[in-house]
Amino acid sequence: MLAYFASLDPGALFVTFPGGIAQGMIWGVMALGVFLTFKMLNFADLTVDGSFATGGAVAVMVIFACQNSKSGFLQAVGPELGLVLAFFAGVLCGLVTGFLHTLLGIPDILAGILTQISLYSINLHIMGKANQAINPNEVKLRITSNIQHIYWTILFVVIIDAVIVCLLYWYLGTEQGSAIRATGINPNMSRAQGINTGNMKVITLALSNGMVAMAGGMICQFQGFADVNMGRGAIVVGLAAVIIGEVLGLAILGKHMNFMLRLTFVVIGGILYYLVYNFVIWLKFPANDMKLLTAIVVAIFLAVPYLQDKRKSSFRSLAKKNKTANREGGKAC
Amino acid sequence: MLEVRNVCKTFNPGTINEKVALDHVSLTLEDGDFVTVIGGNGAGKSTIMNAVAGVWPVDSGQILIDGTDISGLCEHQRAPFLGRVFQDPMTGTAADMQIVENLALAGRRGKKRGLRWGVTKKEYEEYRELLRTLDLGLEDRMTSKVGLLSGGQRQALTLLMATMQKPKMLLLDEHTAALDPKTAAKVLEATDKIVAASHLTTMMVTHNMKDAIKHGNRLIMMQDGHIVFEARGEEKQNLKVSDLMEKFEL
Repeated sequence: MLAYFASLDPGALFVTFPGGIAQGMIWGVMALGVFLTFKMLNFADLTVDGSFATGGAVAVMVIFACQNSKSGFLQAVGPELGLVLAFFAGVLCGLVTGFLHTLLGIPDILAGILTQISLYSINLHIMGKANQAINPNEVKLRITSNIQHIYWTILFVVIIDAVIVCLLYWYLGTEQGSAIRATGINPNMSRAQGINTGNMKVITLALSNGMVAMAGGMICQFQGFADVNMGRGAIVVGLAAVIIGEVLGLAILGKHMNFMLRLTFVVIGGILYYLVYNFVIWLKFPANDMKLLTAIVVAIFLAVPYLQDKRKSSFRSLAKKNKTANREGGKAC
Repeated sequence: MLEVRNVCKTFNPGTINEKVALDHVSLTLEDGDFVTVIGGNGAGKSTIMNAVAGVWPVDSGQILIDGTDISGLCEHQRAPFLGRVFQDPMTGTAADMQIVENLALAGRRGKKRGLRWGVTKKEYEEYRELLRTLDLGLEDRMTSKVGLLSGGQRQALTLLMATMQKPKMLLLDEHTAALDPKTAAKVLEATDKIVAASHLTTMMVTHNMKDAIKHGNRLIMMQDGHIVFEARGEEKQNLKVSDLMEKFEL
């Protein structure tokens, strides 16, 4: 036991902080995409496991293509161009799920799973093999886990996060954004008010998956490679960020929570998730068990509001209360 | 105004649950008509309303509003012509959105929803005045979530949302059935006021025969997918609940 604690190096934990923050903020972009479908549209979209990897695959191949072109300009903007094209690739993924759901009547979860599984093959086609690494000596990346550039990475990602949060805040406040929110809350009423709920779902899925794929492209740059399996379980990480952020935000701000802060806390949830992740790894928790741990954390956070509600009013506690009351009443007689 | 021509609708055709809900129903409403629809469970009252609203396509027949055939349009495409209030107070509004946001959604019925801001300052003031007409104090709670309102308040709000963009027709599907008698009377009173003020052509389904006689200028009774009895004007005003009960037993 003592040997275990002696083997933990606080300095090593400290070193992981900046990387954890950067990674968390990149996943924050992904989590904002999940927030859009899961929270606004009330649609559990499992496409994201596939579209996240699609984003990584597109980003890495665009970087390669730019590198191979003789143009100095393309070589310089390759990584950013990769992110833009990753976004559009994600939009296409979302459109597929959207059409499967709205035009073919496939239930939401199943539509997402179908797209996700088909994307596995497509991602292999995009990359040509299961894994493609970027040579850091050849390509200058703005987003990298390289410890020498980590603060520039954080700055760059903060700007991206801030822009996306502001854009989402604006968009969801517009006429179209209101229609999307109404569709998620009450589709019957939305149709009665002339909203084409099918279109709203497709638009939201496209946007959401675009953001998820862009996050995939950023992660691919951050870790220096794209892998066909990099999206596995992404939905759970995204949900973890959304839910941790929400629970934390409500705990800190309570009634002062407004929509802008709600979006911001999604990103904060992502950061927190990765700080905790690094901490647990630092405790020498086996990396293979991290997905199990993540699932447990998400299950707990999803269950907490339900259980709190239950504790306030449950049949069992009422029965218990009445039983003791009856017993005491009997004694008094 | 509204013309229903020979409309048929069968649910679950070809199965053991087959149910003929509308059997060659025809009905014509003139401009400004307020018709109340009564009938037993499964008589086709709500079905005829849903047929007009376009919840699903009818099997055959035509539905015309102002001479235009709308039977080929889907629900959200017909929405610009129709204001609707439902039986369940939860159905007509978006609970997780503010009162003013709900009104703004209704204010854009039939208009393009683009990238302009969802509620403008000007609208905010207009809606405050509009809410004041309900006399429920909602004008001071405009940014409250609709989910916090009572059933009666929500029905009144839905009524406002259904009529603020003057529709060609107002469809009321047992909109007071889930309310207590006092609130129901209040909502009906508001209904009469709004219908009269905007001279709206209205169709109201109800289980309450007293209300069916008291409100509107026409009454129809449905049974097994047919219109079995019709009364209008003076004849309708002179009807008694007992007369209608007799007809029910036929």
